[in-house]
Amino acid sequence: MNLGLIAPELWLGLLGLGLLLVEMITGSESKRVVGWIGAAGLALALVPSWGLLGQPARLMFGGAYAVDAFAAFFKIVAAVSGILVLLAAMAFFRDRPAEHEGEVYVLIVFMVLGLVAMAAAADLILLFLAIEFVSLISYVLAGSLKADAKSSEAGVKYFFFGAVASATMLYGFSYLYGAGGSTNLYQLGPRLAGLPTPFLVVAAVLVLAGLGFKTSLVPFHQWTPDVYEGAPTPVTALLSVGSKAAAFAALLRVLYVALPPGAWVSVLAVLAAVTMSVGNLLALSQQNIKRMLAYSSIAHAGYMMIGVVALAASPTPMGSGVTAVLYYLLAYVFTNTGAFGVVIAAERLLGSDAIPDYAGFGRRAPLAAFAMTVFMLSLTGIPPTALFWGKLSLFGAALQSGLGWLAVVGILNSALSLYYYLGVVRVMYVQVPADTAPASEGLLTRALLVAAAGATLVLGIYPEPFVRLVQHASLLLRV
Amino acid sequence: MITLGHYLVLSALVFGLGLYAALSRRNAVAMLMGIELMLNAANINLVAFNKYAAPGAMQGQIFALIVITLAACEAAVGLALILAAYRRFETTYVDDLHLMRW
Repeated sequence: MNLGLIAPELWLGLLGLGLLLVEMITGSESKRVVGWIGAAGLALALVPSWGLLGQPARLMFGGAYAVDAFAAFFKIVAAVSGILVLLAAMAFFRDRPAEHEGEVYVLIVFMVLGLVAMAAAADLILLFLAIEFVSLISYVLAGSLKADAKSSEAGVKYFFFGAVASATMLYGFSYLYGAGGSTNLYQLGPRLAGLPTPFLVVAAVLVLAGLGFKTSLVPFHQWTPDVYEGAPTPVTALLSVGSKAAAFAALLRVLYVALPPGAWVSVLAVLAAVTMSVGNLLALSQQNIKRMLAYSSIAHAGYMMIGVVALAASPTPMGSGVTAVLYYLLAYVFTNTGAFGVVIAAERLLGSDAIPDYAGFGRRAPLAAFAMTVFMLSLTGIPPTALFWGKLSLFGAALQSGLGWLAVVGILNSALSLYYYLGVVRVMYVQVPADTAPASEGLLTRALLVAAAGATLVLGIYPEPFVRLVQHASLLLRV
Repeated sequence: MITLGHYLVLSALVFGLGLYAALSRRNAVAMLMGIELMLNAANINLVAFNKYAAPGAMQGQIFALIVITLAACEAAVGLALILAAYRRFETTYVDDLHLMRW
């Protein structure tokens, strides 16, 4: 067995354990050291992950673990979002004494390990383990500000919604196992193909309860606004990009490899349309920026689901639906983490999450306000930003697969979302503030915002190399 | 003669009761018990399927053992979160945790 093929996982595991020790010996004043080591370690994990992109696809550990470009791509996505979130967390904890600052950094690193495993699991047992690993860490992270009542409430709510969802998913897994006689996704595929469709639809819906919960797909989305608002903001950022990306990876692998398309395409197409519309309609009236971004995150799950169903409906081997989802996820990581970075800066400078309090932010903190404008434009899907290409390829894939109505719903929803995304920009630049004193974001936040906004613009202006990357990653999905 | 069908009916009943408890009870500890029932319903399925549908390999039994362990971890994390919330709110009724709405 070639251990080089699981080098990123081994490194992440060692890094997390090492950080636990470092966390124990650092004083409460210098917990940021843990965060810096974690970020540097995650950056190092990018090297072997990048190397794995070129490896031929294969299964390891008796078929339980996939090593392919698809998994390697998600290792990179997980590590990048981990780095950005660690930087955001360090900015968040600056001059905010918290009891468990060091533990939060360590748990973020472990969460990256879980996300990596989720994207590569090729066996129901390992997939369930990985999802639970990620879930348990996210429950704890959401409730980690024990002095903050909202954080405790978010932790409890997230736990109950999540535990019910994963128990339901497990029940679905048990039926897949019973029907296919194996827990291996690649063995299940051919064995499930001939089974009666009603049974497969029920099993797919049970499985979707768990994975749909993680991606905040309607009707499993109710936890999203409360948890996003209550959880510490960097944790919210991690849930919105990391968990969502890994859940989409797991969803794609399970649906594409194990379940025949007849069982889920029509269900998911309807859910995609409902998810976009519910997310956007409920986002319209939000006054709290974290709640607004929560509903926006629901809407984006809906957009991405278009790519998932386009993949099945399109018989071409190009898999343009998957390519679109992967590109969208990559762009979404930078855009959404950046947006939450601005939220963290605003929390520190304005002491508020309310959108009306952002009045005059454009004059007081020009860099953060400009970055926020870029992120909001990207979330709407306006060129020259990253998610414009993401949306374009998603809608293109839908048209190619004969799902024109879904593309129309998506375009209408994007137009609708313009209202509330640009509402934030309008408040920042147009409305007159009560206080006009300039405010400094701090060096770390600036670096984070410049990196995220820069990546959002680069992906928007020069997308070719990234498109090649995601095409390479999506082609090897079948092993 | 006990067949696979008997086990499936039993597990469906246990799952339904667990889901009902998790959704209808407002006491956090009772909801946790409902979730445990749901996980155990899946365990019954896994072990029964292992015996009747896939007798060659042990995957179902291994899966069930792993789920039992995970259920313990989940209960530990859940109780810790409930306890943390109890210290702030002095209640274990989830309806009373309503700082955030719509």
